[in-house]
Amino acid sequence: MSTIELEAVSRWYGNVVAVNGITMSIGPGVTGLLGPNGAGKSTLIALMSGFLSPSAGSVTLDGTALWRHTEAYRTIGLVPEREISFDYLTGRQFVLANAELHGLPDPGAAAQRALEIVDMVEPAARRIGTYSKGMRQRVKLASALVHDPSVLLLDEPFNGVDPRQRLHLMALLQRFGAEGRTVLFSSHILEEVEQVARQIEVVVSGRHAASGDFGEIRRLMTDRPVQYVVVSSDDRRLASALIGEPSVVAVALRPEIGGRRGVDVSVSDLGSFAVQLPRLARDCGVRLLELTPTDESLESVFAYLVGR
Amino acid sequence: MTVLNPTILRLSAQALLGRRRGLVLMLIPGLVLVLAVVVRALTEEGVGYDIVSEVGYTLALPIVALLAASAVLGPEIDDGSIVYLIAKPVPRHAVAVSKYVVAWLATVALGAFPLFLAGVVLDASEPGRAVAWGFASLVSGTAYTALFLGLAALTRHAVVIGLLYVLLWEGLLGALLTGIRWLAIGPWGLQVGSAISDAVDEPGTGLTYALLAALVVTAGSVWFAGDRLRSFTLRGDE
Repeated sequence: MSTIELEAVSRWYGNVVAVNGITMSIGPGVTGLLGPNGAGKSTLIALMSGFLSPSAGSVTLDGTALWRHTEAYRTIGLVPEREISFDYLTGRQFVLANAELHGLPDPGAAAQRALEIVDMVEPAARRIGTYSKGMRQRVKLASALVHDPSVLLLDEPFNGVDPRQRLHLMALLQRFGAEGRTVLFSSHILEEVEQVARQIEVVVSGRHAASGDFGEIRRLMTDRPVQYVVVSSDDRRLASALIGEPSVVAVALRPEIGGRRGVDVSVSDLGSFAVQLPRLARDCGVRLLELTPTDESLESVFAYLVGR
Repeated sequence: MTVLNPTILRLSAQALLGRRRGLVLMLIPGLVLVLAVVVRALTEEGVGYDIVSEVGYTLALPIVALLAASAVLGPEIDDGSIVYLIAKPVPRHAVAVSKYVVAWLATVALGAFPLFLAGVVLDASEPGRAVAWGFASLVSGTAYTALFLGLAALTRHAVVIGLLYVLLWEGLLGALLTGIRWLAIGPWGLQVGSAISDAVDEPGTGLTYALLAALVVTAGSVWFAGDRLRSFTLRGDE
């Protein structure tokens, strides 16, 4: 059982702040590091894997600072986002080399075991240059697993992996988590993180925006004010009825474009609004023609979390 | 074994020979030897020795060292894949030394030894001359390889900077300003060669200085490469 602690960690490059005052603790089980692209996820993983020195604060593994501490790799398995470019090696040669570098007593057996876990025994005889993206990803995972690490760090492990292999990878991560390993993976897709991670840490623009189990994060993300455009048979009438609803924060008539107007609606409670809107329309005899969310992008969800 | 890592040695050798760079690396000594054989066939014994002293020693040898040193480290640092090799409980200095040993063996086999052979071909009557050039190449090749390895650990433009060093600093400026002999690897090797045979011109730094300077550059550069690896920073694509 291992824990990675980040204590008021900042990292900047010149004037650019990549990570800003983050304190978090990554313990056993699967943790998802969620955030839009460019939020600092890769920077955090580099800090946690000893491949970046913090500009301020400390990053420790079970109390030992990670920067310039190669012995930590006995505990850590790292799957970087970076491709393996050892195209001239076979999958098995590559995993075997990793086992040897760890100084394992029986590197051959360790490589075989790791290849079995990721289901790559058969293609392991081929050169890495011939592999698909998903196979490369699994060989990377095998190379990180070869020494049976208690900490596993994965940077965007599901990127470019086909759906079937994605499910396989997700099941593997869950299994590692259940075995008591500390597993952390990064992703910019909420659904992906929800499926695998028990604990979710949200990072936006280098800041720690939210932390909790997926239920809490989901609630944070759905309970925010949401913007909709409603087009109906009588917009003014619908608007006047909408403002009477407790879940509605603001209503505005849109300027007429091509004979259609529409109503901008700000909703604070998505759940009850979804239930009330059809009832409301029926009660005032208005026909609903369109209902479109206007800011469902993940970035706006994250922006809300940061501004909170 | 803490100084050398057999796995890094093996992977570095594969990286050196398994890519196109390996072919170029063999082409250079091949050209020098072909040139030596052709010139010897057409001229008297000992006439075309410039092939060893001018083409071989001042050009082929440092370029072989440059290609070998950058091949074992450069591509892996450039594309970040070295992270797979060093996310391991292996001292980074051992990684640097192991990579150095592979590049050094390549420089000796494809840089220094072919020069000795070319010397024998061109003037079989005086083998001492070829031996002197062989030792001169061994000493400077040892230091060149280390310097260029340090350069490859420092910057992704190592090949360009290395070429500038060889052509401008040692080549052009070295010919114009004699003082550069104190700060250039080539003359240190020549000094050693001149101690073996009078046929090698003495640059005038003294044998002790030459050997000491080569040793300092070699040890310092390999240590520097290891230190750069200790501070290797993984930068995301973001």
